[in-house]
Order: sequence, then C-alpha cells, then structure tokens
Amino acid sequence: MTLELLEGNDAIAASAIAAGCRFFAGYPMSPFTGLLESMSRRLPAAGGVCLNAESEIEGVNMTLGAAAAGARAATGSCGQGIALMQEAIAEAALNETPFVVFNMARNQQDYFQATRGGGWGDYRTITLAPKDVPEAVEHAQLAFHLADRYRAPVIFYGDPLLAQTRVGVSIRPLDFGPLPPKDWALDGTGGGTGRSRQIWTWAMGKATDPGPGPDRHWRAVAEKFAAIDATESRFEQAHVEDAETLVVAFGSAARFVEYVVDELRADGHRIGWFRPVTLWPFPGAALTAATTGKRRVLVFELNAGQMLDDVRIHAADRAAIRFIGGVSISESGLAFGELMDAPVIRDRILAVLAEGERP
Amino acid sequence: MTVVDTSQPPSEPARRVADFRPSLLLGEHSLCPGCGEPVALRVLLEVLQELDVVRRTIGVVGHGCYGSFVRIMDVDVLQCLHGRAPACATGIKRVRPDCVVFTMQGDGDMANEGLQEVLHAAARGEKITCVLLNNGVFGDTGGQLTATTVLGQRTKTSLQGRDPETHGYPIPVADLVAGLRGVAYVARGAVSTAGAVAQTKRMLRRAFEAQLAGAGFGLVEILTMCPTGWFVPAPDGPGYLGDSMEQAYPLGELITWRH
Repeated sequence: MTLELLEGNDAIAASAIAAGCRFFAGYPMSPFTGLLESMSRRLPAAGGVCLNAESEIEGVNMTLGAAAAGARAATGSCGQGIALMQEAIAEAALNETPFVVFNMARNQQDYFQATRGGGWGDYRTITLAPKDVPEAVEHAQLAFHLADRYRAPVIFYGDPLLAQTRVGVSIRPLDFGPLPPKDWALDGTGGGTGRSRQIWTWAMGKATDPGPGPDRHWRAVAEKFAAIDATESRFEQAHVEDAETLVVAFGSAARFVEYVVDELRADGHRIGWFRPVTLWPFPGAALTAATTGKRRVLVFELNAGQMLDDVRIHAADRAAIRFIGGVSISESGLAFGELMDAPVIRDRILAVLAEGERP
Repeated sequence: MTVVDTSQPPSEPARRVADFRPSLLLGEHSLCPGCGEPVALRVLLEVLQELDVVRRTIGVVGHGCYGSFVRIMDVDVLQCLHGRAPACATGIKRVRPDCVVFTMQGDGDMANEGLQEVLHAAARGEKITCVLLNNGVFGDTGGQLTATTVLGQRTKTSLQGRDPETHGYPIPVADLVAGLRGVAYVARGAVSTAGAVAQTKRMLRRAFEAQLAGAGFGLVEILTMCPTGWFVPAPDGPGYLGDSMEQAYPLGELITWRH
C-alpha cells in the first residue's frame, strides 16, 4: 500500500472526493481554511465545483441545493461558522437532504452544537469524531455513506490536530455496502407529469399527489432518528475487563488518553479507556456495560463538561463519575490549550486515583 | 403614428395573452381574492411550457403566500429556507447545468431575509432566473412593513405610514441587481392590468431565454397586488398598485438581453 504524506485537511478533502463528493461550498475560517483550499484545488480536476461562498449561511444552503439535486455535496467551517449553519442543518434533517458538514473545529467546545444542534424540530445529526488522520480519512467517506443511507446531514467533528498534522495516508474509495437509489432527487424530469418531485420540510405533496403532511412526516423523521440511535453508534474501548477506573474521551483527546492509560498500566494501575466514535448516536448501552462495576469513571474533554452529560445519562453508577477535563484554549484562540498534553492528563488522572486512596 | 381602421373587423383574431389555466397548474390556489401572485405563477408556468423546458426545470420556492404554490405547480421543486433560494438554486444549477433553474421569492424573502443571497448570486453570474413577487408587505403574516414598503404606506408595523426617520427607505431590488456585472437580464413588471401581465410574461420569457443561452443571471421583479395586506377592497388592488408601488418602482427592462 502506497502512502502519501498529506496534511489532514488535504487528506480529508482527497478522501471526500474519492467518496464521490462533487460539490463543496465554504467560507474560510481557521483551521478549516485548509480543507476549503484543498477542495478548491482538487474538485475541478475531479469534475466537481468548489465555491467560496459569501457566508456560511449561503455555503450550507448552496450545499443543500446541490444535495437536493442528487450530488454528493459538503460544506464546512469550524464551530463558530457552523453556528451560522444550524437552521439549514435542521432543515436538511427535516426535509431529508443528505450532505456532510466538516467541522474542522478549534477545540472540543462544539460537542453540544454537534449532538444537540441549534435548529428547530425533532432532529438529530449523526456525528463522527475521528481520533487521528487515518481514521479521519475513513470517516470522510463513511460520512457520505451514512448521509445517503439515512437521507440526513452528517457532521464530521475534526479539530486542529486532525486539520494540520501531516500524516502518511492512503486515499482510495471505501465500500460501506449498498445504498438506496436517489429516486427522490430533483432532476427536473418530473415536470408536467402530474407527479413532479418535491423536497419540502412540511411534506404536503402536490394537489394531485398528496404527501404525508407535517404531522406524519415529522413523526416518521423522529422514528428514523430513533432507529439510527439504536443501530449506528460506534465506540472503541480497551482494558475494560480488569479496569477499576475507566477514562472516557473523544476525538484527538482520546488519543492522548490512550497514551496515558498505557503508561499508567505499565506502572501497575488497573485503568482502561472508552471512546465514543459517534458522538450521536452516543454509544450509551456500550458505556453502561463498560462502566458496570467500575470504581471511577473519568471524563476528559477540552470543554467545561459537555460529553459529561451523555456520560451521566449512561454510566452504570453516576456517583463514580469525575470530570477531569476543562476549557483550555491556546493564546491565539484557534487551537487546544495546555490541557491537551499527556503529562497534564496523567497528573489529573493520578490526582483522582490518589483521592480514592485516602483513609 | 398608425391609425387603426375600426370600421372593419380585425384582419386576424385577437391572440390570447394567457391561457385560462395552464396544464402545469395542478389545482386551485388558496390565496386571497384580488391577490396578484397567482397571475404571476400562471404566466411563469406558461413561459416554461412555451419554451419547452418543463421536463428539465427545477424551481426553488421561498416562504410567503406563494409558498403554497409548491402544491399546485407541476415542476420539480425545492421548498427552501426563508431568503436562501438563490443559494440553493446555485447549488442545483452548478451540479445540473442542463436544468433550467428558477427561484420564486417575495419581497420579505428576497429583500429582507435574503438580500445578500440574491446580490451575490447575481454578481457571480449564476445562470439562474430569480422571480421576485413584490407586493411591498408581508402578506402571509397579515400586512407588516418589508424592505420594499413604499414611503407613506401604512402597515401593521408602520401604523402612521412608512416614515424614513423611523423605518428607512425602501430598497429597489431590481435596480440594485442591475448595477452588478454578471447580470444578463433585469426587468420589472406588474400584474395589475392585462397589458402589464402581457409585458411581464415577455420579461419572464426573455429572462429564461438568457438562462438557456448561458448569458448570466436574470431577475424579474413583479409588482403584485395584496389588497389584504394593503387593507383595501380587493377590486381596488390594481388601482392602488398603480398609484403607490408603480410610482416608486417604475416598470420596464433595466438590463436588456436579446438573442
């Protein structure tokens, strides 16, 4: 297998194009900018279109249009810009238009934004949180597959380390299995047939071909997300069997945790880790199983405690939960702060372990 | 000046300007008596039919009374977010360049919520046709001030009439768009008289012809009656439009394009 040395943003763009992405629209914002630039460089050669939109709002709505016309389409930004896209993400979830939103985030403070969303309606967004660039390359393609499979927008939750680290990767189309045909997509051929197509959040259909209407449609959409919740959660874990202490972390932070846990195990500590790969659906049943009988469940994330809510919902014993993360931003405001460092994480874990040793 | 001889019957029968009901209409509209928007829809659908592009047309419809037209217009339609139709239409046209793509928006949708979208789509020279149904009020919500409400007009949110000191000045969308490069055709019509309807239909036809020729962005602003939102009796709508909106927004072609 030949490896190509690429910056994360560039590798993710190349992988998305290998998955068939042919339309991209975005607005520059660090550290997402590199992904937009890479799309702008790569997409025309692949027969696609990349537009530098005049705002995040226009970028996501262009993407919604391209996706409604049947193309694999994507937009992106970091959390600050994706805040502006919330209305369109909710709209796409409710009118069932599949596209991918690449959040090349500055930090881990967008967990609530990604998993709870800021739009209206009973919708959720599948959120993939890769831990490193090779997994990001896989998720860039998985995101399109899940979007098309469920006719829903999917969020790819990256970060500065994924965006800007140069890694040797292999980019090739990945096969995630068959997908339903896009017979709902607008191609203009429905005109004058009496059964022209319609993409509409209210789903009322045509006068001659009535749709389910908002009540039935929104209940069906909610049921679809319930089904996704039951089947599409992904996670990784290690050393759960013999661990007294389990550390829960996601994204790049989970890689640091994995490293520190290995160190601590070498020192004789009975400790393991658990990583939600999908932030929504949250792997709740798996976390319940993994935390059953554990003395401590530590939550490490670079925010004031957002995934912590999901851990509280699903941990076998809420009293065992201790939060060891926190807000930690670099001076520029554009990247992780000093908390994203193995010795710091190690110290925080050891401090909690020591508490437990007190008489 | 041609003198018409009225002593003889016409040499050829009068041609009908518009069909009573084009076949692309799937049912009755549900808008108020005297509303101008169904007339605009009718001529738009007739133009699509006459240009023989019905089987490759995609419409993008915004939010307003005309939003209900998505149920009765027999073309593929994306009902999009308020104000964002030109952005959605851009995405559609860029991935389906062989399709004819149009937007249908009101003044609240285009001039208030989404002015940025239409201006940038025009400046990019997107090969789409945007249709602005301008009645100078939020009709769907019952007659509030929009960016195109004319000076002095009383609405539910400008009870003493639009006063520039409080509410600012109206935005002439067609004039703004006409000032941008990348624009192939811009016109302002109305549906208040039979003559104006015929003229508006010609404008729509030229705008779509410009799109088909790949000439660039097209906008047709259509002044429509909203007697409900204007608080005038339905039969007075056309006269009120002529006395108020048409004075502020002169009819005609602002950017012309010919084959």
